[in-house]
Amino acid sequence: MAEVEETLKRIQGQKGVQGIIIVNAEGIPIKTTMDNSTTVQYAGLIHQLVMKARSTIRDVDPQNDLTFLRIRSKKNEIMIAPDKDYFLIVIQNPSD
Amino acid sequence: MPVPTTVRSKKDEEDGVDQGDVWDEWAQGKALIKPPDQLELTDGELKEEFTKILTANNPHAPQNIARYSFKERSYKLISGVDQMAVHFVLEGTLIHVDSDEARRQRARQGQTEEAAAPEEVEEAEVVGEEERSDSVDSKMGKKEQKVTNQFNFSERASQTLNNPLRERSCQTEPPPRCNFSATANQWVIYDAYMEELQKQEKNKDKQKSSKREEDKSKKKQMITETQSDDITKVAKVVKIFERMVNQNTFDDVAQDFKYFEDASDEFREQEGTLLPLWKFQYDKAKRLSVTALCWNKNYQDLFAVGMGSYDFSKQGHGVLLLYTLKNSTCPEYIYPTSSGIMCLHIHDRLSHLVAVGFYDGCVAVYDLKAEEGGAAQPVYRSTAKAGKHTDPVWQVRWQNDDMDNNHNFYSVSSDGRVVSWTLIKNELVFSDVIKLSLEGALPECLEVVEQPSIACGTSFDFHQKIDFLFLVGTEEGKIHKCSKAYSSQFLETYQAHNMAVDAVKWNHFHPKVFMSCSSDWTVKIWDHTIRTPMFTFDLNSAVGDVAWSPYSSTVFAAVTTDGKVHVFDLSMNKYEAICQQSVVAKKRTKLTHIEFNPIHPIIIVGDDRGHVTCFKLSPNLRKKPKEKKGQELPKGPEVEEAKMEKLLSLLREPDYSSI
Repeated sequence: MAEVEETLKRIQGQKGVQGIIIVNAEGIPIKTTMDNSTTVQYAGLIHQLVMKARSTIRDVDPQNDLTFLRIRSKKNEIMIAPDKDYFLIVIQNPSD
Repeated sequence: MPVPTTVRSKKDEEDGVDQGDVWDEWAQGKALIKPPDQLELTDGELKEEFTKILTANNPHAPQNIARYSFKERSYKLISGVDQMAVHFVLEGTLIHVDSDEARRQRARQGQTEEAAAPEEVEEAEVVGEEERSDSVDSKMGKKEQKVTNQFNFSERASQTLNNPLRERSCQTEPPPRCNFSATANQWVIYDAYMEELQKQEKNKDKQKSSKREEDKSKKKQMITETQSDDITKVAKVVKIFERMVNQNTFDDVAQDFKYFEDASDEFREQEGTLLPLWKFQYDKAKRLSVTALCWNKNYQDLFAVGMGSYDFSKQGHGVLLLYTLKNSTCPEYIYPTSSGIMCLHIHDRLSHLVAVGFYDGCVAVYDLKAEEGGAAQPVYRSTAKAGKHTDPVWQVRWQNDDMDNNHNFYSVSSDGRVVSWTLIKNELVFSDVIKLSLEGALPECLEVVEQPSIACGTSFDFHQKIDFLFLVGTEEGKIHKCSKAYSSQFLETYQAHNMAVDAVKWNHFHPKVFMSCSSDWTVKIWDHTIRTPMFTFDLNSAVGDVAWSPYSSTVFAAVTTDGKVHVFDLSMNKYEAICQQSVVAKKRTKLTHIEFNPIHPIIIVGDDRGHVTCFKLSPNLRKKPKEKKGQELPKGPEVEEAKMEKLLSLLREPDYSSI
């Protein structure tokens, strides 16, 4: 527990990291370092995206599964780790 | 019974037995029929009143009955006389249905009834087909045979008003409805099947044993406990994320590590450079110095760092850290120790086992796989009872498993002992391999007498191929060639240095060559068959550590306390280092240890401020022999051995000639 918290803190401390969001299976954010509206927006949109992405992967091979999703955009990189019970979202601006 | 009958004469009563009662009832409302012999009475006679009094006493009852009383022995008049007078008695014609007589009567009548019965049934059936509801009634009527009065019978019927029909209905609120739609993908189906399979397996398990169920319930409790703080579930992912974030932040470093080759090397003859990559630092161990480094052979990005202190007036705690190149900001594993770490070694094959030697003389084995909860403690630890060293342990080294497949490692300490430790079940079993002395190994009996002459071992190394052969460097500057087989004798002693031998290392390729370094500023290269050094290099500062490169037999690197890294390639330059680079930020920082990565062209260097820095070797430092076009160069350890041999032969010849 403490170790996870510590690691999260370290990640947040890394330069360029804009925020960390932990979203549960229903798409409800349970932990976030960003403000409310941004969090809700990210959580909602990414939930859909991840569902679609996972569906794609698993349709191709049901034994396969999505483990990570990295989206590189002009302004930042969104890293998503989808699990059965939660997603972890980290938004980082690598050029900072 | 009407009153007049009581006063009729007995004769009248007898007459009326068969008629009177009946007549009385039917007489009313009908014309009186006078019997012909009726007395004609005049009006006066008719109006004459006869007074008759009804009493309770029977006028005919005798009033003078006397009976003999035995009690008083005399006749006595009896006062209580029966006053009841019976006027008329008639046996009834009715019989109880269940009585014997009735049954007999029925039996008598049976034949006639049976004859009538079929007709009735037939009738009933005909009726039944048409009107069901009436059929029961009609049957009942026939059965009971209600006897109608044949004399005065009238049938009356009336119809009541029918209640008008009324319709009433109400509507309930409709139950909530919702639409559900889903697409059954292939994977959804697959998941459903897998779930079902798991369920079946679970059921099987449950049936197998009841004892297990108890365990399961415990486990379930555990599960629920862990579910409560579900943030732990992300633990693994968070770790990976930290690496990803690091990869992004240190993208340039990672690119350098993989792709950058110093272009300027082409324009230099031999010299090379070191490109600094990651810098590793752990805040809680800032004050400690790096006392040991070791790469993990299985995971080339993982290395262990032992933290302690070489300043013997400032000894305290230590810490064992394991870093990965993928995350330079934080160690992967952290094991705080109560005493400073002096040395460590990761098992070549079982890379989760780390042997550690401490300043207090203990040796311990840490298991990286151990559960997180007990991770802070080593799985094995030597104790004072079980052969613990009495002085700092300067080097530990894993050995091949013994004949019983027990893991074992060796340690050397300033107390002059080289000890073999075997991991048996949950304890370390020790056996002294050799005791060092100034004048060769001591025989056991003289140990007490010559106690002060014990030599302090500071380093050792085991031969790559010859299993029993190993070297021990001592504080006095001597190097002893020893065998595991003889504990009382050295095979050879080299008068190597003027100060303590900081490191001895066998060459990775050439079986005869080893190297030693010392605080007397020198690095020496030896052929173990020859008692004098083949090469001697003076580095102008105390040498902390040397290391052979894993890719070439002639390349080695050394670190000195003035903060410089020296890289030599004997095939390029036999006299000078081809790279001499100061790598510390602050001038007074001393470098303590150096290790080559077994695969990648990088080195890690530790200093006395707790930093570990990773450097990439420039192309010149790992140069292959000149390549000729169209000619494939032979590669492999033989080539490397030959390369070294060539160098040595050059040196030997003048030696022999001079002799």
